[in-house]
Amino acid sequence: MGDSSNNHGPSRRGFLKGAAATGAALGAAGAVKAEGDPLITEVQEWASSLGEGVDATPYGMPIEFESDVVRRNVEWLTADQISSINFTPIHALDGTITPQGCAFERHHSGAITLKKEDYRLMINGLVDTPLVFTYEDLERFPRSQQTFFLECAANTGMEWAGSQLNGAQYTHGMIHNMEYTGVSLRTLLEEAGLDAAGDLKDKWVYVEGADASSNGRSIPMEKALDDCMVAFKANGEALRMEHGYPVRLVVPGWEGNMWVKWLRRIEVMDKPVESREETSKYTDTLEDGTSRKWTWAMDAKSVVTSPSPQMPIKHGKGPLVITGLAWSGNGAITAVDVSLDGGVTWQEARLAEPGKKMALTRFYLDINWDGSEMFLQSRAMDETGYVQPTKAQLREVRGLNSIYHNNCIQTWHVNAKGEANNVEVS
Amino acid sequence: MSKFPKFLMVASVAALTAAPAMAEKLGLGRAATEAEVAAWDLDIFPDGSNLPAGKGDVWTGEEVFADACAVCHGEFAEGAGNWPKLAGGADTLDHEDPLKTVGSYWPYLSTTFDYVRRSMPFGAAGTLSDDDVYAIVAYILYSNDLVDDDFVLSKETFSDVVLPNAEGFIVDDRAETEYGTFTNRCMSDCKPGAVEITTTVVFPGDPNSGFDATPISQAVMGTAGATPDAAASTEEASAEDAPAEETAVVGEVAAPAVMALDEELVAKGEKVFKKCKACHKVGDKAKNGTGPILNGVFGRAAGTVDGFKYSKPMLAAAEGGLVWDETELSGYLANPRKYMKGTKMSFAGLKKDKDVAAILEFLKSHSQ
Repeated sequence: MGDSSNNHGPSRRGFLKGAAATGAALGAAGAVKAEGDPLITEVQEWASSLGEGVDATPYGMPIEFESDVVRRNVEWLTADQISSINFTPIHALDGTITPQGCAFERHHSGAITLKKEDYRLMINGLVDTPLVFTYEDLERFPRSQQTFFLECAANTGMEWAGSQLNGAQYTHGMIHNMEYTGVSLRTLLEEAGLDAAGDLKDKWVYVEGADASSNGRSIPMEKALDDCMVAFKANGEALRMEHGYPVRLVVPGWEGNMWVKWLRRIEVMDKPVESREETSKYTDTLEDGTSRKWTWAMDAKSVVTSPSPQMPIKHGKGPLVITGLAWSGNGAITAVDVSLDGGVTWQEARLAEPGKKMALTRFYLDINWDGSEMFLQSRAMDETGYVQPTKAQLREVRGLNSIYHNNCIQTWHVNAKGEANNVEVS
Repeated sequence: MSKFPKFLMVASVAALTAAPAMAEKLGLGRAATEAEVAAWDLDIFPDGSNLPAGKGDVWTGEEVFADACAVCHGEFAEGAGNWPKLAGGADTLDHEDPLKTVGSYWPYLSTTFDYVRRSMPFGAAGTLSDDDVYAIVAYILYSNDLVDDDFVLSKETFSDVVLPNAEGFIVDDRAETEYGTFTNRCMSDCKPGAVEITTTVVFPGDPNSGFDATPISQAVMGTAGATPDAAASTEEASAEDAPAEETAVVGEVAAPAVMALDEELVAKGEKVFKKCKACHKVGDKAKNGTGPILNGVFGRAAGTVDGFKYSKPMLAAAEGGLVWDETELSGYLANPRKYMKGTKMSFAGLKKDKDVAAILEFLKSHSQ
């Protein structure tokens, strides 16, 4: 990719020296000269002098050598950078938790600055008593904590018509996975009282943000009472501004647009609003011109994050770790298969941990690469028995104009040099 | 309700009835007042319920639209630059790359009213009167050939309008059309013959480093419509369209002397600038957007940013020797349309003098 991992400013020389030495040691472990690796035989500067003291950086940032592990946007995708999106660097991450600082952003009217003191949350509509909560009020309700992925409905959307962008970050990076702390939406609704709503079966809640876009979505009461959360912490710390500080909604397994940021109002209703974001956007147009609406759940999906176009194989033949992420909005991931030959044969990958409901699952496949070309694919299975489909299978049902909710199997073509490209295969 | 998703009808019975008795209330929060609810509960339903009083006709709508909307959406709602088109696209939904507009795709008129009223114009949401919203929506309908030019939209006439794609949506049917099919976990001999590449990547390198000749075929994001072709041609236009004489004018303006800055005021100005940054950029990476870049605007001859297409009145003022000093900028920012009739800048103006002062200081800091 265009971003250079060597751009390290003042320390570049030292880094390259280290890299060269490491490369030699790795590339020809048995051929090190008799005098040995200078990184070992010579006393290094860092092993002799002193490092930084505490509080050098009161809030720590990644070390300079990791400066390329950042969110990136694609400038021409949107008309400006305020109503826009960027992508999580999933190609460079491991594990399952996405650090907040590199978790993708999607704003409709920009990320706003809203103080806790200025925060108000209203519950109105078909409730016994319309209520207003302050941030401090929310902190006094019993809390829950759980990890969920958030995937934008448009993740992989550019790929419907063909292979477009070259990198897992760009094809699959509209996703993040965080441990949320907050109050269940059910608790807040019950505080306002739902007797006035009568039979809850056909009721809805409308959730709305405080920013200028007034992003609002209608959610069936059943989901609202099931597992939605009004969250104020992610990965243990306050939400970032770009993710809705101080309070956002968490709608496990459902498309990211419903996870309203800067949540300011919850209305209990007897019908959906049919807002802009649930009619003109986030709906899936089929081949005959009709469109699906209310396609909320994000179906099972996976992607190999390394090797991938931004993560070529640099070490040549031999042991190779193939790794990636899998997730399902309909439950837990039960298995992930990997194919090296474009889907002719598959082998089951190793899950780093058993899948958790509506959260990212990390998988590994450890192989001995013989240096021949590969068509790398991964395929996720979830607890409902669903098997992640190919792009051809999806197109057969939906045609070419669907854009959203593309959970197809991704193919990376890895050549003999270890370089990877985004392709479609027969 | 007949369209209610099937899974809910089945699943909800268990989830909703198995709920424990309502938990004891904690007594947190306070009752919302009627005024508070009225201020925030603005959503309009497809049947028109919750619509405010008011009305607007097509011709008023055309004027308001020209002032408040056309800079992004075009004089005829046909779209400008990469911003959304609001009109056209009739009968394209089953074509390759359908054009989805209010006329061709949006199922309910309530959605248009609701969105314009709460979220538009971009960068000045919630500043339109209800009558103006009615008028704008009437004009959008007219632009889509859905009403005649004597149409007046109001709470009363609202339900007379049925959008063409009202019946064009079905509720999520993946459970019937996909979930039963996507179950085959084949492990070997899953495809006949050798696998071959059928499509290679369109943008092989960093997607921000340049544009391949083949346009991306789908607009994905809410405000999208961008194609690399369009972006590339915009860039070309930027290079070519700067008239030579304007460049000459820039040369004649003496570089402003370094100005002393009130840093506190600069910081305040940066906050006020949020009202502007939907259209105007400053800083090292700034490019022209809906409005020209503002680096160096303080003390600059008007109408001289390379590659920006100014309105006729702005070009006329520039020819008359307008230079953006404190007085002129203050006048322009306080009430753009009064200061310069016909300006493209669809901004209501800064009502507070202190906001004007702060933003001038901020712009000074980007003009050093």
